[in-house]
Amino acid sequence: MAWETVIGLEIHVQLSTQSKIFSGSATTFGAEPNTQASLVDLGMPGVLPVLNKDAIKKAITFGVAIDAKINKKSVFARKNYFYPDLPKGYQISQLDLPIVDVGHLDITLEDGTVKRIGVTRAHLEEDAGKSLHEDYHGMSGIDLNRAGTPLLEIVSEPDMRSAEEAIAYVKSVHSLIQYLEISDGNMAEGSMRCDINISMRPKGQEEYGTRTETKNVNSFRFIEKAIHGEVIRQIDELEAGNKINQETRLYDSAKDETRPMRSKEEANDYRYFPDPDLLPVITTDEFIEELRGNLPELPDQKIERFQKEYELKEYDARVLAASKHLADYFETVVTTSGAKAKLAANWVTSELLGALNKAGKDIQTSPVNAEQLGGLLKRIADNTISGKIAKTVFEAMLNGEGTADQIIEAKDLKQETDSGAIEALVDEVIANNPTQVEQFLAAEKDKRKKLIGFFVGQIMKASKGKANPQQVNQLLGQKLK
Amino acid sequence: MHNKTLVELSQQLASGALSSVELTQHFLGRIKSLDPQLNSFISTTDELALMQARLADESRAAGSAGPLTGIPIAHKDIFCIKGVKTTAGSKMLDNFISPYDATVVEKLNAAGAITLGKTNMDEFAMGSSNETSFYGAVKNPWNTNNVPGGSSGGSAACVAARLAPAATGTDTGGSIRQPASLCGITGLKPTYGSISRWGMIAFASSLDQAGPMTQTAEDAALMMNAMSGFDSKDSTSINQDAPDYTSELNNSLEGLKVGLPKEFFKEGLDSGVQQVIETAVKDIEKLGATVKEISLSTTDLAVPAYYVIAPAEASSNLSRFDGVRYGYRCDDPANLEDLYKRSRGEGFGEEVQRRILIGAYVLSAGFYDAYYIKAQKIRRLIKNDFDNAFADVDVIMGPTAPSAGFALGDKADDPVSMYLSDIYTIAVNLAGLPAMSVPAGFTAGLPVGLQMIGSHFSEPRLLNIAHQFQQATDWHKQTPDAFTK
Repeated sequence: MAWETVIGLEIHVQLSTQSKIFSGSATTFGAEPNTQASLVDLGMPGVLPVLNKDAIKKAITFGVAIDAKINKKSVFARKNYFYPDLPKGYQISQLDLPIVDVGHLDITLEDGTVKRIGVTRAHLEEDAGKSLHEDYHGMSGIDLNRAGTPLLEIVSEPDMRSAEEAIAYVKSVHSLIQYLEISDGNMAEGSMRCDINISMRPKGQEEYGTRTETKNVNSFRFIEKAIHGEVIRQIDELEAGNKINQETRLYDSAKDETRPMRSKEEANDYRYFPDPDLLPVITTDEFIEELRGNLPELPDQKIERFQKEYELKEYDARVLAASKHLADYFETVVTTSGAKAKLAANWVTSELLGALNKAGKDIQTSPVNAEQLGGLLKRIADNTISGKIAKTVFEAMLNGEGTADQIIEAKDLKQETDSGAIEALVDEVIANNPTQVEQFLAAEKDKRKKLIGFFVGQIMKASKGKANPQQVNQLLGQKLK
Repeated sequence: MHNKTLVELSQQLASGALSSVELTQHFLGRIKSLDPQLNSFISTTDELALMQARLADESRAAGSAGPLTGIPIAHKDIFCIKGVKTTAGSKMLDNFISPYDATVVEKLNAAGAITLGKTNMDEFAMGSSNETSFYGAVKNPWNTNNVPGGSSGGSAACVAARLAPAATGTDTGGSIRQPASLCGITGLKPTYGSISRWGMIAFASSLDQAGPMTQTAEDAALMMNAMSGFDSKDSTSINQDAPDYTSELNNSLEGLKVGLPKEFFKEGLDSGVQQVIETAVKDIEKLGATVKEISLSTTDLAVPAYYVIAPAEASSNLSRFDGVRYGYRCDDPANLEDLYKRSRGEGFGEEVQRRILIGAYVLSAGFYDAYYIKAQKIRRLIKNDFDNAFADVDVIMGPTAPSAGFALGDKADDPVSMYLSDIYTIAVNLAGLPAMSVPAGFTAGLPVGLQMIGSHFSEPRLLNIAHQFQQATDWHKQTPDAFTK
């Protein structure tokens, strides 16, 4: 039977507020355990939550960016369950009347097709702490630094039909939250975590199958693997005539498999009710419109502008605009180098990204910053060095040997543009290679193009790559007649 | 000096006739010698009190003193005080030393009040007789075989026995007014949101409200001036300037319109109490008020709605007491679930466990609409009922409690009959209104309180009515001989 995969995602995004959602504690990642936990975060008797307005602002900013309905009256509710890293015995979240209501996000697939993914809602909640099971001699430690960090939980419609679509959606959300500067989007530090709902149905059937929820998958690669694994597992079960259990599963990245965590029957009854310690959040149209007016340029707008302003191909524009940091990097390279945007785009997308990829780094941790790369391209643009030499200089820059100018100077890589000196080299190579000259002169015009490469190569070699290739070509053209 | 009111003591401190250290030592001494008969204190803070008293005397000498500077008071043990054991009357918190001050404590400290100690209470404020305390029952100073009411029973008893000039209390369904009535003192439950809940251990957040427990309305007004006001740490705190609660005390009651809800005078009301209330209302009429019968048709719905909403909130509020970070932890837990079950099973008393179970039940899937949502609708109807009444009258009067202080153990095994002790007070919390209980007479030798309910923010008017009533009567001056001679 042909099966269709149905995927919906719940993405938890940590909002980059200065302080926690209901207390004044800082939210910096990686501090010593429990040094960023106030009385409120510890759930002391008698303490009360006070809402951080910046969290509301950031949530609404996301809402207007996905064209969502903003609930002007929004309510916080308590989700009750016991866990050692949940100090109050309940999590403050939202159930009815989330801050962000129905919206949508357009994703672009590899083949260029655009698909609209529905967003059911996005609600605010507080993160829990962390249980630490190592280093405590069989006991567990609890770190409440993360407890109370604001999360925006973005719930999608079951609109995705493949791992590819799911990844494209997660990447769009990841890119968008960074564009909006509402989250650092650092997946390694847990700033974005996904729960994946997956079900299968026979192709052509309208009704959804029974779904499973795979919890807490924290990287693009694991999302892809978790989906593939779960899809195969479900198909195997269904084709063996078994039913899918509605259950929560856990993705084990070490074993690359999902396994059951708890079934529907074991599921907690969270006993949600409106939090009596917090008043409903009332938002005005003016406030929402102000945030809409303050939206920065969003990915799609940037892709369009890059094509128009820099005459880039859509593909390149899309690669560059995929992350705000990358796009900003590119534009800084363009302005500091004075080079053609096309050259800057090529360098950023192939040389730079290739090198970063190899080193396992990203644009934010790049050893060569945008101004430095701009400085290198400036020297290509003003003919100080050739593109080929530039690659050598770039290697040295990656190794931290200095700026482009310093390296060009130190390694004496400046391009030879003295036509007398180049002419001497050209004459020398022609004189030393009579056979090749003969072959060249005997060849048909259309084959000469290929043969001339030999002479160029020899001359460049003799000049240690420093001869200006245009001048070399020009002189050869004059002399080989 | 212990029979003097807060206002009188304040005058003596101001005149130099008395120092705060003397006053504080006097009350600490009385507590030491007399409280073993009452059990109204869980702990005393002698050292802290004497240090505060010395500072109060110093600042008075330096010329900066307010009306509460140097006045000793007692705090219900539901208010967190930094460095002081704060138990909420529970074994669960028997080892809990608070790392911070409640806003109420902070404000009273700032006003110069002296902390004598922490008063006994029903466990987590759940009870109407003060019998659910882990620290044992409190006795009524008027008859030590009887209950003082609850949950602020310790605060009421210590003020009645003149072991403290004034005390703080909290009122979720009547916990200031009912013990004030049973002990013959003045108690005010302010408009919801008037006094910060920060640092007050939560029972039912949407109903809990702190207030003063004093000998007189005038004393209560002074306490309110110190206790009330906006607090950014409590999101339900009302963001407006607090009034001067003494401002209307001396106004005339001429033209005051009093409503008597007929539902408050039906069966279930003790006839002795009824007589006291009818006489008191006549006295108020003599001061220029007009009295008419009104109807609060939702009266019977208040107790059932309350016993859905309050336990629902409590079941969640008390989840933090899990044996993990502070408070009682069972011995040798086998695993996490065992830790939770035994810490909570051993740390909470029976009544608290009963309410947690009720609360968890009414919030659970499948019952939420039938109980919690319905109770919220009733709450709205009760509010509307009061709003309609206040379109017609200025103040609603009636009994605070259906009977005087009953015998210890009488209702301990009958929760429903115990819950009905709050039948006249509970609706006020559901509507968020201010209300007072003032001493109005005696039945069979036990005090009876008159309840006055006002519209939102009408505390200055309520205090005015109570003060004028106390100018005309001397019920508030009566003291239990065994303790005050």
